[in-house]
Amino acid sequence: MKKTVLTFVFSALALLFVSAQGYQIGDRAEEFRLKNVDGNFVTMGDFPQAKGFIVIFTCNHCPFSVAYEDRIIELDLKYKELGYPVIAINPNDPAVVPADGFEEMKKRAAEKEFTFPYLFDEGQKVFPVYGATRTPHVFILNKDNAAYRVAYIGAIDDNSQDASAVKEKYVENAIKALLKGEKPAIEQTKAVGCGIKVASK
Amino acid sequence: MKTLVILSVLLFSIPGFTSGQNPEVLNFSQLEQRLNLRNDTTYVVNFWATWCVPCIKEMPYFQQIHNNFSGKKVKVLLVSLDFVKQIESRLIPFIEKNKLTPEVVVLNDPDANSWINKVSADWSGALPATLFFNRNFRAFYEKSFEYEELETIINLNLIHP
Repeated sequence: MKKTVLTFVFSALALLFVSAQGYQIGDRAEEFRLKNVDGNFVTMGDFPQAKGFIVIFTCNHCPFSVAYEDRIIELDLKYKELGYPVIAINPNDPAVVPADGFEEMKKRAAEKEFTFPYLFDEGQKVFPVYGATRTPHVFILNKDNAAYRVAYIGAIDDNSQDASAVKEKYVENAIKALLKGEKPAIEQTKAVGCGIKVASK
Repeated sequence: MKTLVILSVLLFSIPGFTSGQNPEVLNFSQLEQRLNLRNDTTYVVNFWATWCVPCIKEMPYFQQIHNNFSGKKVKVLLVSLDFVKQIESRLIPFIEKNKLTPEVVVLNDPDANSWINKVSADWSGALPATLFFNRNFRAFYEKSFEYEELETIINLNLIHP
């Protein structure tokens, strides 16, 4: 009996961990205001012409994020003009990962000549609202009347290790569908990534 | 001379003979066969990578489980998601430096979306993550562990002969 109860407690705990709240497809995304590497604060409202956004939780230290840096720049250059700019957000606590501190973010953005805002989720308030769990973790937002709604959640493409071996470009395909006024054929994918770093309480 | 060469090749290809292990590289369907075993052994499968800070922090606990349950039907499997090109430069040196003795394999299957749900529908893909199972139970956690938690989960579910 004791064993059953404890197993139940553990399962309940496990559920608690994974069902952490966050956006689902179709949810309205709240406005945020975060500091960019150039020192200015950025909000979605700063882009009145945008049809949506490619919001990417990413960071400096994670090898999966690094492997995607060039592909994120490409996405921004290609889709900013079509109304879907990239907004990158670093969700990690620099007290846990010093390489993801604001000064380090500035350096990396300059080295790689990021073409998009690279924002710092100071106080780690935004990533839990999205339900981001890892870096990189993409949320495509699409403007629907006055609201930005979540249209896609997941991976950038199907090969993190090798850009030249990609077969399916999930984010690009989703944006292409949205540009045609359609729903993305694939709305959710998963990828291996670095867990977002939060100081243990 | 030729015999000597063959002999040394043979000796060095025996796992565990050299100071460290040479981890086997698997695609997901190869790994999946091992994740679907249902027998009296309690398997503890940890998904990790050398560059994952919380993974490295909990690694000694998996080593301790491996040591402390050596007389029991418990098997620790460390599934590394290090990039294949870093096996020689990072993974093997890490295994040797930390004298890891549980079996390490490398999962090389970049289309993670095709297999993450097959490990567990509850896995978002973030590291570290750990799967426990035997013929009676299966539990998955996307989180870091302390030693005591690992031990408790195993003790609660261990199949006694």
